[in-house]
Amino acid sequence: MIELPALGWQSIVIFVVFALSLLIATYCTYAERVIAAFLQDRVGPDRAGPYGLLQPLADAVKMFTKEEFFPGGANKVLFVVGPCLAMITALMSSAVIPFGNTMSFGNNAFFLQGIEVNIGMLWIFGVVSLGVYGVMIGGWASNNKFSLLGAVRAASQNISYELAMGMSLIAVLMISGTLSLREITLQQSVAGEWQMWNIVKQPIGFLIFLVCAFAETNRTPFDLPECETELVGGYHTEYSSMKLGLYLFSEYVNIFVVSAVMSVLYFGGFNFPFQYELRDWFVNSQGWELNSAQNLITLLGTVGIFLKIFAFIFFFMWVRWTLPRFRYDQLMRLGWTILIPLAVFNIVLTGALILFGVI
Amino acid sequence: MHPLFLFLSFVALLSALGVVFAKNPVHSVLFLILTFFSLSGHYLLLNAQFLAAVNIIVYAGAIMVLFLFVIMFLNLNVDTEPHKPALARIAAAVAGGSLLLILVAALKDIVPTGVATGTPFNSQIGMVDQLGLKLYTDFLLPFELASVLFLIAMVGAVMLGKRETGERNF
Repeated sequence: MIELPALGWQSIVIFVVFALSLLIATYCTYAERVIAAFLQDRVGPDRAGPYGLLQPLADAVKMFTKEEFFPGGANKVLFVVGPCLAMITALMSSAVIPFGNTMSFGNNAFFLQGIEVNIGMLWIFGVVSLGVYGVMIGGWASNNKFSLLGAVRAASQNISYELAMGMSLIAVLMISGTLSLREITLQQSVAGEWQMWNIVKQPIGFLIFLVCAFAETNRTPFDLPECETELVGGYHTEYSSMKLGLYLFSEYVNIFVVSAVMSVLYFGGFNFPFQYELRDWFVNSQGWELNSAQNLITLLGTVGIFLKIFAFIFFFMWVRWTLPRFRYDQLMRLGWTILIPLAVFNIVLTGALILFGVI
Repeated sequence: MHPLFLFLSFVALLSALGVVFAKNPVHSVLFLILTFFSLSGHYLLLNAQFLAAVNIIVYAGAIMVLFLFVIMFLNLNVDTEPHKPALARIAAAVAGGSLLLILVAALKDIVPTGVATGTPFNSQIGMVDQLGLKLYTDFLLPFELASVLFLIAMVGAVMLGKRETGERNF
Protein backbone atom coordinates (compact mmCIF):
# COMPACT_ATOMS: atom_id res chain seq x y z
CA MET A 1 0.00 0.00 0.00
CA ILE A 2 1.40 3.38 -0.99
CA GLU A 3 1.39 5.81 1.89
CA LEU A 4 0.02 9.15 0.80
CA PRO A 5 0.39 12.26 2.91
CA ALA A 6 -2.90 14.04 3.51
CA LEU A 7 -2.02 16.86 1.16
CA GLY A 8 -1.09 14.45 -1.65
CA TRP A 9 -4.38 12.66 -1.25
CA GLN A 10 -6.26 15.94 -1.30
CA SER A 11 -4.57 17.13 -4.45
CA ILE A 12 -5.49 13.84 -6.16
CA VAL A 13 -9.13 14.29 -5.09
CA ILE A 14 -9.11 17.90 -6.34
CA PHE A 15 -7.60 16.81 -9.64
CA VAL A 16 -10.21 14.06 -10.07
CA VAL A 17 -13.06 16.41 -9.17
CA PHE A 18 -11.71 19.00 -11.62
CA ALA A 19 -11.45 16.43 -14.43
CA LEU A 20 -14.86 14.99 -13.62
CA SER A 21 -16.59 18.38 -13.68
CA LEU A 22 -15.06 19.09 -17.08
CA LEU A 23 -16.01 15.64 -18.40
CA ILE A 24 -19.56 15.92 -17.10
CA ALA A 25 -19.89 19.43 -18.55
CA THR A 26 -18.64 18.10 -21.90
CA TYR A 27 -21.23 15.38 -22.01
CA CYS A 28 -23.90 17.80 -20.77
CA THR A 29 -23.68 19.47 -24.18
CA TYR A 30 -24.36 16.08 -25.74
CA ALA A 31 -27.11 15.23 -23.25
CA GLU A 32 -28.75 18.59 -23.88
CA ARG A 33 -29.11 17.82 -27.58
CA VAL A 34 -30.25 14.25 -27.05
CA ILE A 35 -32.85 15.34 -24.50
CA ALA A 36 -33.98 18.22 -26.70
CA ALA A 37 -34.32 15.82 -29.62
CA PHE A 38 -36.27 13.36 -27.48
CA LEU A 39 -38.65 16.03 -26.16
CA GLN A 40 -39.22 17.47 -29.64
CA ASP A 41 -39.52 14.06 -31.31
CA ARG A 42 -36.38 14.45 -33.43
CA VAL A 43 -33.36 12.20 -34.02
CA GLY A 44 -30.67 14.39 -32.44
CA PRO A 45 -26.90 14.01 -32.90
CA ASP A 46 -26.12 10.58 -34.36
CA ARG A 47 -23.33 11.16 -36.93
CA ALA A 48 -20.10 11.42 -34.90
CA GLY A 49 -19.30 8.00 -33.47
CA PRO A 50 -21.77 5.41 -32.16
CA TYR A 51 -25.01 7.16 -31.06
CA GLY A 52 -23.21 10.46 -31.74
CA LEU A 53 -21.09 9.99 -28.61
CA LEU A 54 -18.11 11.78 -30.16
CA GLN A 55 -20.19 14.90 -30.83
CA PRO A 56 -18.58 16.93 -27.97
CA LEU A 57 -15.15 16.15 -29.47
CA ALA A 58 -16.30 17.35 -32.89
CA ASP A 59 -17.67 20.51 -31.26
CA ALA A 60 -14.36 21.13 -29.52
CA VAL A 61 -12.45 20.81 -32.79
CA LYS A 62 -14.89 23.23 -34.39
CA MET A 63 -14.58 25.74 -31.54
CA PHE A 64 -10.77 25.63 -31.49
CA THR A 65 -10.33 26.03 -35.24
CA LYS A 66 -12.80 28.87 -35.77
CA GLU A 67 -11.56 32.39 -36.39
CA GLU A 68 -10.78 34.47 -33.32
CA PHE A 69 -12.48 37.80 -33.74
CA PHE A 70 -11.98 41.01 -31.78
CA PRO A 71 -14.69 43.62 -32.42
CA GLY A 72 -13.51 47.14 -33.22
CA GLY A 73 -13.23 49.41 -30.19
CA ALA A 74 -13.31 46.48 -27.80
CA ASN A 75 -11.22 46.50 -24.65
CA LYS A 76 -8.83 43.72 -25.69
CA VAL A 77 -7.61 42.70 -22.22
CA LEU A 78 -11.03 42.56 -20.60
CA PHE A 79 -12.48 40.90 -23.69
CA VAL A 80 -10.18 37.93 -22.98
CA VAL A 81 -10.49 38.15 -19.18
CA GLY A 82 -14.31 37.84 -19.31
CA PRO A 83 -14.62 34.20 -20.48
CA CYS A 84 -11.63 33.17 -18.34
CA LEU A 85 -13.31 34.58 -15.22
CA ALA A 86 -16.57 32.83 -16.09
CA MET A 87 -14.76 29.49 -16.31
CA ILE A 88 -12.59 29.99 -13.20
CA THR A 89 -15.49 30.96 -10.95
CA ALA A 90 -17.54 28.04 -12.27
CA LEU A 91 -14.80 25.53 -11.46
CA MET A 92 -13.85 26.94 -8.05
CA SER A 93 -16.99 25.98 -6.16
CA SER A 94 -16.71 22.19 -6.58
CA ALA A 95 -13.66 22.19 -4.25
CA VAL A 96 -15.71 22.05 -1.05
CA ILE A 97 -18.45 19.65 -2.13
CA PRO A 98 -18.27 16.29 -0.33
CA PHE A 99 -18.54 13.64 -3.05
CA GLY A 100 -18.16 10.77 -0.61
CA ASN A 101 -17.71 9.74 3.00
CA THR A 102 -14.48 8.49 4.56
CA MET A 103 -12.12 6.00 2.88
CA SER A 104 -9.90 4.17 5.37
CA PHE A 105 -6.73 2.26 4.57
CA GLY A 106 -5.16 0.78 7.69
CA ASN A 107 -4.98 3.62 10.17
CA ASN A 108 -5.33 6.40 7.63
CA ALA A 109 -8.72 7.89 6.86
CA PHE A 110 -9.40 10.23 3.96
CA PHE A 111 -12.38 12.28 2.89
CA LEU A 112 -13.59 12.06 -0.69
CA GLN A 113 -13.73 15.83 -0.78
CA GLY A 114 -11.39 18.53 -2.05
CA ILE A 115 -11.12 20.69 1.05
CA GLU A 116 -13.06 20.22 4.27
CA VAL A 117 -13.58 23.75 5.61
CA ASN A 118 -16.06 24.88 8.23
CA ILE A 119 -17.37 27.63 5.95
CA GLY A 120 -18.22 25.39 2.97
CA MET A 121 -21.69 26.84 2.47
CA LEU A 122 -20.38 30.42 2.54
CA TRP A 123 -17.63 29.49 0.07
CA ILE A 124 -20.23 28.17 -2.39
CA PHE A 125 -22.38 31.24 -1.93
CA GLY A 126 -19.41 33.59 -2.35
CA VAL A 127 -18.12 31.92 -5.51
CA VAL A 128 -21.62 31.79 -7.02
CA SER A 129 -22.00 35.52 -6.38
CA LEU A 130 -18.70 36.14 -8.22
CA GLY A 131 -19.89 34.23 -11.29
CA VAL A 132 -21.61 37.31 -12.68
CA TYR A 133 -18.31 39.15 -13.22
CA GLY A 134 -17.35 37.01 -16.21
CA VAL A 135 -20.63 37.87 -17.93
CA MET A 136 -20.51 41.57 -17.00
CA ILE A 137 -16.90 42.17 -17.99
CA GLY A 138 -17.26 40.25 -21.24
CA GLY A 139 -20.47 42.05 -22.14
CA TRP A 140 -19.03 45.48 -21.42
CA ALA A 141 -15.69 44.87 -23.14
CA SER A 142 -17.44 43.82 -26.38
CA ASN A 143 -18.35 47.46 -27.14
CA ASN A 144 -21.77 46.41 -28.38
CA LYS A 145 -25.08 47.64 -27.02
CA PHE A 146 -26.72 44.23 -27.14
CA SER A 147 -23.82 42.72 -25.18
CA LEU A 148 -23.99 45.55 -22.64
CA LEU A 149 -27.75 45.09 -22.18
CA GLY A 150 -27.22 41.36 -21.69
CA ALA A 151 -24.49 42.03 -19.11
CA VAL A 152 -26.66 44.51 -17.22
CA ARG A 153 -29.56 42.08 -17.20
CA ALA A 154 -27.29 39.33 -15.87
CA ALA A 155 -26.06 41.59 -13.06
CA SER A 156 -29.48 42.73 -11.90
CA GLN A 157 -30.93 39.23 -12.19
CA ASN A 158 -28.12 37.62 -10.20
CA ILE A 159 -28.23 40.21 -7.43
CA SER A 160 -32.00 39.94 -7.11
CA TYR A 161 -32.04 36.15 -6.90
CA GLU A 162 -28.99 35.93 -4.63
CA LEU A 163 -31.05 37.48 -1.82
CA ALA A 164 -33.74 34.81 -1.92
CA MET A 165 -31.12 32.09 -2.39
CA GLY A 166 -29.15 33.26 0.64
CA MET A 167 -32.26 33.33 2.78
CA SER A 168 -33.26 29.80 1.76
CA LEU A 169 -29.72 28.73 2.76
CA ILE A 170 -30.18 30.43 6.15
CA ALA A 171 -33.16 28.15 6.86
CA VAL A 172 -30.96 25.10 6.15
CA LEU A 173 -28.31 26.60 8.41
CA MET A 174 -30.88 26.99 11.20
CA ILE A 175 -31.73 23.29 11.26
CA SER A 176 -28.18 22.05 10.74
CA GLY A 177 -26.27 24.50 12.95
CA THR A 178 -23.12 24.23 10.85
CA LEU A 179 -21.74 25.71 7.64
CA SER A 180 -19.64 22.65 6.78
CA LEU A 181 -21.17 20.74 3.87
CA ARG A 182 -19.73 17.46 5.16
CA GLU A 183 -21.38 17.94 8.55
CA ILE A 184 -24.69 18.83 6.90
CA THR A 185 -24.53 15.63 4.85
CA LEU A 186 -23.68 13.46 7.84
CA GLN A 187 -26.55 14.94 9.85
CA GLN A 188 -29.02 13.77 7.23
CA SER A 189 -28.34 10.13 8.02
CA VAL A 190 -27.41 8.95 11.50
CA ALA A 191 -26.95 5.23 12.17
CA GLY A 192 -29.87 3.60 13.98
CA GLU A 193 -32.13 6.62 13.70
CA TRP A 194 -34.93 7.35 11.24
CA GLN A 195 -33.27 10.53 10.03
CA MET A 196 -34.89 12.44 7.21
CA TRP A 197 -33.17 14.22 4.35
CA ASN A 198 -33.46 17.98 4.53
CA ILE A 199 -36.02 18.10 1.72
CA VAL A 200 -38.63 16.81 4.19
CA LYS A 201 -37.81 19.55 6.67
CA GLN A 202 -37.32 22.31 4.08
CA PRO A 203 -39.76 21.85 1.17
CA ILE A 204 -40.38 25.60 0.71
CA GLY A 205 -36.68 26.37 1.05
CA PHE A 206 -35.81 23.80 -1.58
CA LEU A 207 -38.38 25.23 -3.99
CA ILE A 208 -36.93 28.74 -3.54
CA PHE A 209 -33.38 27.43 -3.95
CA LEU A 210 -34.34 25.54 -7.11
CA VAL A 211 -35.90 28.60 -8.75
CA CYS A 212 -32.91 30.73 -7.76
CA ALA A 213 -30.53 28.09 -9.10
CA PHE A 214 -32.18 28.42 -12.50
CA ALA A 215 -31.79 32.19 -12.35
CA GLU A 216 -28.16 32.10 -11.14
CA THR A 217 -27.07 29.71 -13.89
CA ASN A 218 -28.90 31.79 -16.55
CA ARG A 219 -30.94 28.82 -17.68
CA THR A 220 -34.32 28.94 -19.40
CA PRO A 221 -36.88 30.13 -18.26
CA PHE A 222 -34.57 32.79 -16.78
CA ASP A 223 -31.98 33.10 -19.58
CA LEU A 224 -32.77 36.76 -20.17
CA PRO A 225 -29.06 37.77 -20.43
CA GLU A 226 -28.78 35.78 -23.68
CA CYS A 227 -32.32 36.24 -24.92
CA GLU A 228 -31.83 35.93 -28.67
CA THR A 229 -35.22 37.32 -29.72
CA GLU A 230 -34.39 40.66 -28.09
CA LEU A 231 -30.61 40.82 -27.75
CA VAL A 232 -29.16 38.83 -30.69
CA GLY A 233 -27.02 36.65 -28.41
CA GLY A 234 -26.87 38.74 -25.26
CA TYR A 235 -23.50 39.13 -23.53
CA HIS A 236 -21.70 36.74 -25.90
CA THR A 237 -22.92 38.32 -29.17
CA GLU A 238 -19.41 39.36 -30.19
CA TYR A 239 -17.62 36.21 -29.04
CA SER A 240 -16.38 33.52 -31.37
CA SER A 241 -14.19 30.40 -31.29
CA MET A 242 -13.11 28.99 -27.92
CA LYS A 243 -13.87 32.20 -26.02
CA LEU A 244 -17.54 31.60 -26.84
CA GLY A 245 -16.92 27.94 -26.02
CA LEU A 246 -15.73 28.86 -22.52
CA TYR A 247 -18.90 30.86 -21.86
CA LEU A 248 -21.17 28.04 -23.03
CA PHE A 249 -19.06 25.51 -21.16
CA SER A 250 -19.06 27.44 -17.88
CA GLU A 251 -22.86 27.33 -17.95
CA TYR A 252 -22.76 23.53 -17.89
CA VAL A 253 -20.11 23.47 -15.14
CA ASN A 254 -22.39 25.79 -13.14
CA ILE A 255 -25.33 23.44 -13.64
CA PHE A 256 -23.20 20.53 -12.43
CA VAL A 257 -22.07 22.43 -9.33
CA VAL A 258 -25.51 23.73 -8.44
CA SER A 259 -26.96 20.22 -8.86
CA ALA A 260 -24.27 18.89 -6.52
CA VAL A 261 -25.08 21.61 -3.97
CA MET A 262 -28.79 20.78 -4.11
CA SER A 263 -28.04 17.08 -3.64
CA VAL A 264 -25.85 17.83 -0.63
CA LEU A 265 -28.09 20.38 1.06
CA TYR A 266 -31.52 18.85 0.48
CA PHE A 267 -31.17 15.28 -0.79
CA GLY A 268 -28.75 13.69 1.65
CA GLY A 269 -25.58 14.02 -0.41
CA PHE A 270 -23.66 10.75 -0.40
CA ASN A 271 -26.16 9.03 1.88
CA PHE A 272 -28.50 6.43 0.48
CA PRO A 273 -31.32 4.47 2.17
CA PHE A 274 -30.37 1.43 4.29
CA GLN A 275 -26.62 2.09 4.01
CA TYR A 276 -25.92 1.10 7.63
CA GLU A 277 -28.02 -2.07 7.32
CA LEU A 278 -26.09 -2.97 4.17
CA ARG A 279 -22.74 -2.37 5.91
CA ASP A 280 -23.78 -4.48 8.91
CA TRP A 281 -24.96 -7.23 6.57
CA PHE A 282 -21.55 -7.32 4.89
CA VAL A 283 -19.79 -7.41 8.26
CA ASN A 284 -22.04 -9.92 10.01
CA SER A 285 -23.21 -12.26 7.26
CA GLN A 286 -20.35 -12.09 4.78
CA GLY A 287 -17.51 -11.84 7.28
CA TRP A 288 -15.99 -8.65 5.80
CA GLU A 289 -13.77 -6.36 7.81
CA LEU A 290 -15.48 -3.22 9.02
CA ASN A 291 -13.04 -1.01 7.08
CA SER A 292 -13.58 -2.66 3.71
CA ALA A 293 -17.35 -2.73 4.21
CA GLN A 294 -17.22 0.97 5.06
CA ASN A 295 -15.10 1.68 1.98
CA LEU A 296 -17.62 -0.15 -0.22
CA ILE A 297 -20.48 1.87 1.28
CA THR A 298 -18.48 5.06 0.65
CA LEU A 299 -17.97 4.17 -3.00
CA LEU A 300 -21.66 3.28 -3.39
CA GLY A 301 -22.49 6.62 -1.78
CA THR A 302 -20.30 8.40 -4.33
CA VAL A 303 -22.21 6.61 -7.09
CA GLY A 304 -25.39 7.70 -5.29
CA ILE A 305 -24.52 11.40 -5.19
CA PHE A 306 -23.61 11.33 -8.88
CA LEU A 307 -26.96 9.70 -9.70
CA LYS A 308 -28.68 12.51 -7.78
CA ILE A 309 -26.60 15.09 -9.65
CA PHE A 310 -27.47 13.54 -13.03
CA ALA A 311 -31.15 13.54 -12.10
CA PHE A 312 -30.96 17.27 -11.36
CA ILE A 313 -29.06 17.95 -14.60
CA PHE A 314 -31.79 16.10 -16.49
CA PHE A 315 -34.38 18.22 -14.69
CA PHE A 316 -32.58 21.41 -15.77
CA MET A 317 -32.67 20.28 -19.42
CA TRP A 318 -36.25 19.04 -19.20
CA VAL A 319 -37.36 22.49 -17.97
CA ARG A 320 -35.34 24.24 -20.67
CA TRP A 321 -37.09 22.40 -23.49
CA THR A 322 -40.54 22.63 -21.89
CA LEU A 323 -41.07 26.13 -20.53
CA PRO A 324 -40.99 29.38 -22.51
CA ARG A 325 -38.84 32.31 -21.41
CA PHE A 326 -40.11 34.83 -18.85
CA ARG A 327 -40.49 38.50 -19.69
CA TYR A 328 -37.99 40.71 -17.88
CA ASP A 329 -40.50 42.49 -15.61
CA GLN A 330 -42.06 39.13 -14.73
CA LEU A 331 -38.63 37.84 -13.73
CA MET A 332 -37.99 40.80 -11.43
CA ARG A 333 -41.50 40.66 -9.94
CA LEU A 334 -41.10 36.94 -9.20
CA GLY A 335 -37.77 37.55 -7.49
CA TRP A 336 -38.66 40.57 -5.39
CA THR A 337 -42.34 40.29 -4.57
CA ILE A 338 -42.81 36.50 -4.37
CA LEU A 339 -39.54 34.69 -3.62
CA ILE A 340 -38.07 37.09 -1.04
CA PRO A 341 -41.24 37.36 1.11
CA LEU A 342 -41.65 33.59 0.79
CA ALA A 343 -38.04 33.07 1.94
CA VAL A 344 -38.57 35.36 4.95
CA PHE A 345 -41.75 33.43 5.78
CA ASN A 346 -39.79 30.17 5.47
CA ILE A 347 -37.19 31.42 7.95
CA VAL A 348 -39.91 32.41 10.46
CA LEU A 349 -41.67 29.06 9.95
CA THR A 350 -38.44 27.11 10.43
CA GLY A 351 -37.67 29.10 13.57
CA ALA A 352 -41.13 28.38 14.98
CA LEU A 353 -40.88 24.65 14.16
CA ILE A 354 -37.46 24.44 15.84
CA LEU A 355 -38.78 26.35 18.86
CA PHE A 356 -41.68 23.93 19.30
CA GLY A 357 -39.44 20.95 18.74
CA VAL A 358 -41.12 19.66 15.59
CA ILE A 359 -37.89 19.39 13.55
CA MET B 1 7.28 37.83 8.30
CA HIS B 2 5.22 35.21 6.57
CA PRO B 3 5.93 35.21 2.79
CA LEU B 4 2.19 34.92 2.07
CA PHE B 5 1.58 38.02 4.19
CA LEU B 6 4.20 39.93 2.21
CA PHE B 7 2.70 38.79 -1.09
CA LEU B 8 -0.86 39.68 -0.06
CA SER B 9 0.23 43.09 1.24
CA PHE B 10 2.07 43.73 -2.01
CA VAL B 11 -1.01 42.82 -4.08
CA ALA B 12 -3.30 44.86 -1.80
CA LEU B 13 -1.15 48.00 -2.02
CA LEU B 14 -0.54 47.67 -5.74
CA SER B 15 -4.20 47.15 -6.60
CA ALA B 16 -5.24 49.95 -4.22
CA LEU B 17 -2.87 52.26 -6.10
CA GLY B 18 -4.36 50.92 -9.32
CA VAL B 19 -7.84 52.01 -8.15
CA VAL B 20 -6.62 55.59 -7.83
CA PHE B 21 -4.41 55.80 -10.89
CA ALA B 22 -6.39 53.83 -13.49
CA LYS B 23 -7.70 56.09 -16.26
CA ASN B 24 -10.71 53.89 -17.00
CA PRO B 25 -13.34 53.72 -14.21
CA VAL B 26 -14.15 50.10 -15.04
CA HIS B 27 -10.48 49.21 -14.47
CA SER B 28 -10.64 51.06 -11.14
CA VAL B 29 -13.59 48.92 -10.05
CA LEU B 30 -11.78 45.72 -11.04
CA PHE B 31 -8.68 46.81 -9.10
CA LEU B 32 -10.90 47.49 -6.08
CA ILE B 33 -12.29 43.94 -6.33
CA LEU B 34 -8.70 42.63 -6.37
CA THR B 35 -8.01 44.70 -3.25
CA PHE B 36 -10.97 43.09 -1.47
CA PHE B 37 -9.65 39.65 -2.41
CA SER B 38 -6.23 40.35 -0.95
CA LEU B 39 -7.87 41.71 2.22
CA SER B 40 -9.84 38.46 2.46
CA GLY B 41 -6.52 36.64 2.15
CA HIS B 42 -5.28 38.62 5.16
CA TYR B 43 -8.37 37.61 7.12
CA LEU B 44 -7.66 33.97 6.27
CA LEU B 45 -4.09 34.35 7.54
CA LEU B 46 -5.59 35.65 10.80
CA ASN B 47 -7.77 32.49 10.94
CA ALA B 48 -10.94 34.57 10.49
CA GLN B 49 -12.60 32.40 7.86
CA PHE B 50 -16.09 33.76 8.40
CA LEU B 51 -15.00 37.36 7.97
CA ALA B 52 -13.05 36.43 4.83
CA ALA B 53 -16.05 34.72 3.22
CA VAL B 54 -18.49 37.47 4.21
CA ASN B 55 -16.10 40.12 2.89
CA ILE B 56 -16.10 38.38 -0.49
CA ILE B 57 -19.87 37.82 -0.55
CA VAL B 58 -20.91 41.31 0.53
CA TYR B 59 -18.25 43.53 -1.02
CA ALA B 60 -16.93 41.66 -4.05
CA GLY B 61 -20.14 39.75 -4.76
CA ALA B 62 -22.82 42.37 -4.23
CA ILE B 63 -21.64 45.95 -3.73
CA MET B 64 -18.98 45.94 -6.44
CA VAL B 65 -21.41 44.35 -8.91
CA LEU B 66 -23.68 47.34 -8.34
CA PHE B 67 -20.73 49.72 -8.76
CA LEU B 68 -19.81 48.08 -12.04
CA PHE B 69 -23.47 48.16 -13.08
CA VAL B 70 -23.73 51.92 -12.53
CA ILE B 71 -20.38 52.72 -14.13
CA MET B 72 -21.22 50.66 -17.22
CA PHE B 73 -24.49 52.56 -17.57
CA LEU B 74 -22.90 55.98 -17.16
CA ASN B 75 -20.29 55.12 -19.81
CA LEU B 76 -17.62 57.30 -18.21
CA ASN B 77 -14.46 57.86 -20.22
CA VAL B 78 -11.83 60.54 -20.72
CA ASP B 79 -13.87 62.52 -23.26
CA THR B 80 -17.06 62.80 -21.22
CA GLU B 81 -15.36 63.39 -17.88
CA PRO B 82 -15.98 66.98 -16.70
CA HIS B 83 -12.85 68.95 -15.93
CA LYS B 84 -12.61 69.47 -12.18
CA PRO B 85 -11.58 72.95 -11.00
CA ALA B 86 -8.24 73.33 -9.20
CA LEU B 87 -9.96 74.26 -5.94
CA ALA B 88 -11.81 70.93 -5.85
CA ARG B 89 -8.57 69.04 -6.47
CA ILE B 90 -6.76 70.88 -3.67
CA ALA B 91 -9.68 70.32 -1.31
CA ALA B 92 -9.71 66.61 -2.14
CA ALA B 93 -5.97 66.33 -1.56
CA VAL B 94 -6.20 68.14 1.79
CA ALA B 95 -9.16 66.02 2.94
CA GLY B 96 -7.47 62.76 1.93
CA GLY B 97 -4.19 63.84 3.51
CA SER B 98 -5.86 64.69 6.83
CA LEU B 99 -7.59 61.30 6.87
CA LEU B 100 -4.21 59.63 6.35
CA LEU B 101 -2.72 61.75 9.15
CA ILE B 102 -5.52 60.77 11.56
CA LEU B 103 -5.17 57.09 10.70
CA VAL B 104 -1.40 57.14 11.21
CA ALA B 105 -1.74 59.07 14.45
CA ALA B 106 -4.40 56.68 15.75
CA LEU B 107 -2.54 53.52 14.83
CA LYS B 108 1.10 54.41 15.56
CA ASP B 109 1.01 53.45 19.26
CA ILE B 110 -1.06 50.27 19.11
CA VAL B 111 0.38 47.00 20.32
CA PRO B 112 -0.95 43.65 19.06
CA THR B 113 -3.38 41.92 21.46
CA GLY B 114 -1.67 39.60 23.89
CA VAL B 115 1.71 41.30 23.70
CA ALA B 116 0.80 44.11 26.09
CA THR B 117 -1.66 42.33 28.37
CA GLY B 118 0.10 39.01 28.43
CA THR B 119 -3.10 37.07 27.64
CA PRO B 120 -2.49 34.33 25.07
CA PHE B 121 -3.91 34.92 21.58
CA ASN B 122 -7.05 32.87 20.96
CA SER B 123 -6.67 31.47 17.45
CA GLN B 124 -10.33 30.37 17.36
CA ILE B 125 -11.72 33.90 17.85
CA GLY B 126 -12.52 34.33 14.14
CA MET B 127 -14.50 31.09 13.80
CA VAL B 128 -18.23 31.25 13.12
CA ASP B 129 -19.36 29.78 16.44
CA GLN B 130 -17.10 32.05 18.54
CA LEU B 131 -18.25 35.10 16.60
CA GLY B 132 -21.90 34.06 16.96
CA LEU B 133 -21.58 33.55 20.71
CA LYS B 134 -19.99 36.97 21.08
CA LEU B 135 -22.68 38.66 18.96
CA TYR B 136 -25.57 36.98 20.75
CA THR B 137 -24.28 37.57 24.29
CA ASP B 138 -22.26 40.78 24.56
CA PHE B 139 -23.67 42.64 21.57
CA LEU B 140 -27.26 41.35 21.42
CA LEU B 141 -29.06 44.70 21.32
CA PRO B 142 -26.94 46.37 18.59
CA PHE B 143 -27.04 43.16 16.58
CA GLU B 144 -30.84 42.90 16.74
CA LEU B 145 -31.24 46.60 15.95
CA ALA B 146 -29.03 46.21 12.88
CA SER B 147 -31.02 43.17 11.74
CA VAL B 148 -34.29 45.10 12.08
CA LEU B 149 -32.72 47.88 10.01
CA PHE B 150 -31.83 45.40 7.26
CA LEU B 151 -35.32 43.91 7.35
CA ILE B 152 -36.86 47.37 6.95
CA ALA B 153 -34.58 48.08 3.98
CA MET B 154 -35.61 44.81 2.37
CA VAL B 155 -39.32 45.38 2.95
CA GLY B 156 -38.87 48.86 1.49
CA ALA B 157 -37.29 47.45 -1.65
CA VAL B 158 -40.14 44.96 -2.05
CA MET B 159 -42.72 47.72 -1.53
CA LEU B 160 -41.04 49.91 -4.18
CA GLY B 161 -41.19 47.01 -6.62
CA LYS B 162 -44.87 46.30 -6.05
CA ARG B 163 -47.28 46.98 -8.87
CA GLU B 164 -49.52 49.97 -8.13
CA THR B 165 -53.24 49.73 -8.76
CA GLY B 166 -54.08 50.44 -12.38
CA GLU B 167 -50.41 50.30 -13.49
CA ARG B 168 -49.75 48.26 -16.62
CA ASN B 169 -46.39 47.72 -18.22
CA PHE B 170 -47.48 45.96 -21.37
